[in-house]
Amino acid sequence: MRRNVWLPAFVILGFVFLYAPILSLIVFSFNESKLVTVWGGFSTKWYGELLRNPQILSAAWISLKVAVTSATLATVLGTLAAFVLTRFGPFKGRALLTGMSAAPLVMPDVITGLSLLLLFVAMEQLIGWPAGRGMTTIIIAHTTFCMAYVTVVAQSRFASLDESLEEAAMDLGARPARVFFDVTVPVIAPALVAGWLLSFTLSLDDLVVASFVTGPGASTLPMVIFSKVRLGVSPDINALATIIIAIVAVGVGIATWQMRRGARKNGG
Amino acid sequence: MNTPVPVATSKPWITGAEPPFIRISKVTKRFGDFYAVDDVSLDIYKGELFCLLGGSGCGKSTLLRMLAGFETPTEGRIEIDGQDMAGKAPYERPTNMMFQSYALFPHMTVEKNVAYGLYRDGMKKAEAMEKVAEMLRLVQLTPFASRKPHQLSGGQRQRVALARSLVKRPKLLLLDEPLGALDKKLREETQFELIKIQESLGVTFIVVTHDQEEAMTLASRIGVMNAGQIVQVGEPPEIYEHPNSRFVADFIGSVNMFEGRVTEDEPDYIRLGVADLGGSIYVGHGVSCVLDQQLWYAVRPEKIRISRTRPDKTENVFRAVVDEIAYMGNISIHRLKLPTGRLLSATKANLTRHDDEAITWGDEVWVTWDDTAGAVLTR
Repeated sequence: MRRNVWLPAFVILGFVFLYAPILSLIVFSFNESKLVTVWGGFSTKWYGELLRNPQILSAAWISLKVAVTSATLATVLGTLAAFVLTRFGPFKGRALLTGMSAAPLVMPDVITGLSLLLLFVAMEQLIGWPAGRGMTTIIIAHTTFCMAYVTVVAQSRFASLDESLEEAAMDLGARPARVFFDVTVPVIAPALVAGWLLSFTLSLDDLVVASFVTGPGASTLPMVIFSKVRLGVSPDINALATIIIAIVAVGVGIATWQMRRGARKNGG
Repeated sequence: MNTPVPVATSKPWITGAEPPFIRISKVTKRFGDFYAVDDVSLDIYKGELFCLLGGSGCGKSTLLRMLAGFETPTEGRIEIDGQDMAGKAPYERPTNMMFQSYALFPHMTVEKNVAYGLYRDGMKKAEAMEKVAEMLRLVQLTPFASRKPHQLSGGQRQRVALARSLVKRPKLLLLDEPLGALDKKLREETQFELIKIQESLGVTFIVVTHDQEEAMTLASRIGVMNAGQIVQVGEPPEIYEHPNSRFVADFIGSVNMFEGRVTEDEPDYIRLGVADLGGSIYVGHGVSCVLDQQLWYAVRPEKIRISRTRPDKTENVFRAVVDEIAYMGNISIHRLKLPTGRLLSATKANLTRHDDEAITWGDEVWVTWDDTAGAVLTR
């Protein structure tokens, strides 16, 4: 058969389209010049500059704390939601729960952010909690939309899980709670790790939702970057963006690997 | 109809010397309008290897799952060793189950899989490990103790599943298609191993299978199921040679079935007029029936003799032409065409390696069987 010459061409075009902007950003992060668009030789000085910037460092620390906490909460809640949806059969409000747990996937960030902001304000007036807005409200907001992703990942894993595994554990004398932690959780662990990493990167990336629900003193990294860029792009932002890209790429890479491993184990 | 029953004192279902160990009485399981199990009553005795045999969807697995506690009967009562099982969860029952998929925990080693049930009973590690080692010796898996399930072959996994379900010494072991996933050769070896293990431990086994050969080899008794009901219960030879219905005769092994009407009804014989044969079948024993009643006659292929020369008798002798021969190695299956167009199958053991005189395609032959070779069926 004749080899199709167009196929590699389209593949290359696709890759260029996707990765050229990122690549140029990474290249310019090693630029010596203070002017972002003019190449002035190789240097790593902007990475050093970055480490001496207290505003960026504190924002990075907040982002990290938010991402770890909300990813963990989202994984727990998302797993429970997925468990209920796959195992409890038809129950009252099942359709509603399915819809609500998937809603953040399709909801525009602006709407999610605005509705959560309104909720927090109303709650503060009614029950006095959460008092003001800051890291807590960002964590709650991120947990909300990350949970949707965890639910989807965990749900497909639960559905493909051989139920006789759990029956076997029960048959051997384990009570239901014991079965869940001894058998169910370890078997679906790869999906949970994948869900956690996905949540972590989503939380780290989010700008819109966080901007809506944040308060004074709690600026996440994307928010700091955005405000700096508005005053003009400085080369240290390129360096910062490169680091974030590296972290996200590693996170997504591990998540994908974990999901594949889970699928392979399940298949074999 | 007089059924010759083998006499043996070790068969409590005949002697009634001991009470049944498992009592299933009038158990029904409905899923909506569907009767998965329909009014089943069954007594099983201690130390038996009982096979529930039936096609897919006949309710055999549902019955097994009710014994394990994964399903609750809609009606009826299940007793194990005198204890009513109603309201008992699977983890409270003196039963263990070996699953069709084996259901080995993929994240645990062989050793931990087998030990899992012992730890749930609160057994100390040293004692549990001793029992696990003993069990692994029994199923010849000692060298594989620290492997994970996905590092084992199908046959080894099957043995881990067996070890795990037996290590707690349950009063009753339930096996769901235990040999279903093994290839033919391994299945034959494992059958005998399973019987040996069952005999050495003295645990009562209930095996669910759709494979009639497997049931015949393993079972002390077989319960044939169809459409949620038990059609016949009996020892393998009884089921094979004395089926109580067309369903059982047809389901177990192969059979030539004839529909006929009673033309003579005497105390020591009856005669059936069979249109398919263009003649009559002489049955050499009395049958409780009336003249002109519709009956069925089932005769197994190996009971039919074929020859080139006319047999030296007058009853149950028919002419036929060899239509097809299937050579199986140990036997050959002959498909014979009667003058009426009806096909008949007969098997012949290949006693010699080569036979110049062998009956072949297109030969005109005589077909005959003994007057006690077939079973007369009323339903």
